[in-house]
Order: sequence, then C-alpha cells, then structure tokens
Amino acid sequence: MIKWWKILSVLIILYTLVWGLLNPVPKLAILHESIRNVYFHVPIWFAMLFQMGYSVVFAVKHLYKNDMRSDLISDQAAQTGLFLSIPGLLTGCMWAKFTWGTWWTFEDPKLNGVAIAVLIYLAYFILRSSITDELKRARISAVYNIFAFVMMFVFIMILPRLTDSLHPGNGNNPAFGKYDLDNSMRTVFYPAVIGWVLLSLWILDVKKRLATLKYNSEND
Amino acid sequence: MLKQQLPALIRKEFLLEFRQRSTLAGIAVYIIATVFISALSFKQKIHPIVWNALFWVIFTFITVNVSGKSFVQETKGKALYNYLYYGAREFILGKIVYNMILMAVLSLFTFFFYGWFVGNIVQDMGLFMLVLLFSSTAFSGVLSLMSAIASKSGNNMSLMAILSFPVLMPLLLVSIKVSKNAIDGLAWSVSYNYLLILVMLNFVVITLATLLFNYLWRE
Repeated sequence: MIKWWKILSVLIILYTLVWGLLNPVPKLAILHESIRNVYFHVPIWFAMLFQMGYSVVFAVKHLYKNDMRSDLISDQAAQTGLFLSIPGLLTGCMWAKFTWGTWWTFEDPKLNGVAIAVLIYLAYFILRSSITDELKRARISAVYNIFAFVMMFVFIMILPRLTDSLHPGNGNNPAFGKYDLDNSMRTVFYPAVIGWVLLSLWILDVKKRLATLKYNSEND
Repeated sequence: MLKQQLPALIRKEFLLEFRQRSTLAGIAVYIIATVFISALSFKQKIHPIVWNALFWVIFTFITVNVSGKSFVQETKGKALYNYLYYGAREFILGKIVYNMILMAVLSLFTFFFYGWFVGNIVQDMGLFMLVLLFSSTAFSGVLSLMSAIASKSGNNMSLMAILSFPVLMPLLLVSIKVSKNAIDGLAWSVSYNYLLILVMLNFVVITLATLLFNYLWRE
C-alpha cells in the first residue's frame, strides 16, 4: 500500500527540481547561480542527520527494551544515512569545484565534520560485521552508536570555534539567510527539506521491510 | 559501594600490571623507539607545527595501543568473577582511573624523550602540562569504553583503532590547538575557551562511558 506521504515526497522533490531551477535568485558575489545548490545539497544533509538521529533513538530503545526490532531499525537507518551522504558529498564537491575551485579542502569544519561522520558510521558497520552473535551484536553496536553520535555532535558544535568556515553564511561569505528573507528562495528550500526527509523515510521503510523478511526467513 | 570498591579495583589493576612488568617495559621501549625513529628521520630542528602534529600522532598511537590491552586479560572466568563481585559503574571507573594515571605518566614519559631527541620548543610549560593532563584523562575515558567494545567483538587491535580514531578526533583537535598555543607561549587568556572545552569533553566522555558500560557488561 502506498501511503500519502510517499507520494507527497516525490511531488515536493519534483517541484523543487523544476521551480528550484527556474525561480529568481539574488545575485550574490562568488555564489551567483550556484546558490541553487542550497535546494539540493543542504536538504540531503538534513535528511542524513535525521536518519542518524533516528538510528540513535532506536539504539537507545534497544538498550531499554532489548528487542531485535529496534536494532534492525537502528541498523537500517544508519545505512540509509550513510547512503545519503554519497549524494550529499557529490553535490557538495561539484559545487565546491565551481565556487572554491577545489573538490575538497581541509580548511572547512563542516567538511571535516562530514568526513568524521562517515568514518564513524563505517566503523559502526565494521563493528557490526565482526560480531556473529546477534543479541551481542545488537547491544554492543547500540552502545557504540550512542557514544559515537554524541561525540560527533560535540565535534560539529566545537569545530567552528577552532577554524573559520568557508561555507556560505560563515566567515563573511554571502548566503541567502543573511540578506533577510529572500522569500522566493524560502519557498523552495523549506519544502525541499521536508521532501528529502520524507524520501529518506521512504527508503528506510523499504529497507526495513526487506530486512524484516530476511530476518524472518533466517529465523524460521 | 563506590567508595569501597573503587580503590580496591584501582589497586587490583596496578597489582596486575606490576606483576607482569614485561608489558610496562614493552610500552617504554615502544615509546623510545618511536620517538627515536622520528628524531632520526628529521635529523634537524623542525617547524613548531610539525613538532606539534607529530607529538600528538605519537601520543594517540601509544594511548590506543596501551589501553587496547585493558580488557584483553578479562577471560571468560575472570569476567564472570568481576560481574558477580563488582558493580558495572565501579568496574569501568576503576579502569578509567587506572588508565588515566597510566596515560598521564606515559604522556610525561613520551614528552620527556620527545623533547630530548627531537628538541623541546615548548615555551609555556605549565599550559602544556595542563593540556597533557586533561587530554590523557579524556583519552582514557574514550579508550576504556572502546577497548571494552573491541574485546567483546573478537578482540583485534585493528578494530580498536578503527573504532577509536574517529571518536577521538574532537579531543585531538582541541588538544592540538591548545598545545600549539603553549608552544608559541601565547597568553593563557587565549586558551581559556579551549581548556573549558577540554574539561567539558572529559565530563561528557566519562559520564557516557560509565552509563553505557552497564549494557556492555551483561552477557
């Protein structure tokens, strides 16, 4: 059965694709037309963070209730989040090439934060794959998930204090938020965030059902 | 319960360590050899930024190596014994405090040889020592929990490194920043914020490790 929010997510993303490329944007130095990336790049990262948060919530739930269902959801949400980091990185790199002139730089705290986040979740999956007993795997990976998420959060919060960001809106770089209310951009940006979060939930839903089927067929 | 058990647990860790003195001697040789290799590969006075980065890289590898061992000796029988006699909170705090003391000593040891072989360029010794102390306590908090996790999962050293490095990043970056200030001899007021972050990180790490170990511990 297709639920209404799944259709909504597709409609919203279609809308942002079309109107995001057509609507008028403020002409800012450095950014120019590349400012439209804010409709795609930023919502994808929001959706990724949403999935990571979802994963941690279910890791906590698993530790409280000790049920395998929460562990399954936590695992699948982390996978979805890591998957979303690929389009997030690709859109970011492409944009950076045209505005900063480089694919990647170590000067920017947001880029470093993302690199650490990806490393943490890769470590999480390596940890999962190295434990065979499933109850043990669920509990230990939940512990790592919570610890790593908190450290990642701290990292994202303290990093900007250590180095200035090159990202729009930081370190005297122009961004649309600063030029108080460019309403035309907001009509695309906010729906885009909702759309991508809903799409990530859809991906998670499909993955969850697949994993549940696999789990049940293995445990019959 | 905490007051009675904690000193006993810390004492136990020290006793076990000193009974097997080869481990401690091994760590000492490891440190000296690493520092000697870096001294030989540079063979000249090095830039403060390089000095700082190299020192923290060496420090990270040593601490990961040392604390990786802290749960290895817990065999099935010993783990059951500990589980029956001690609380989870007391047990992990014992490990953390023991690792703190060990790492503080080892960091001083490393710094001594590093300063001797590679050259000491630190201008503000007091600040540098403070950073060393704070970062060794925070490192021991993170690494005690990571080594408990690694020991539950087949227990290999590479897993220990994979799990710890990304989680250690925030700590390491702040430490590098403050110790650079100490090397340049900047006023303390520049570093207050970072020292505060370090103390806060200590608090977060140790609280989390104590809370979460409870779930690792049951088998």
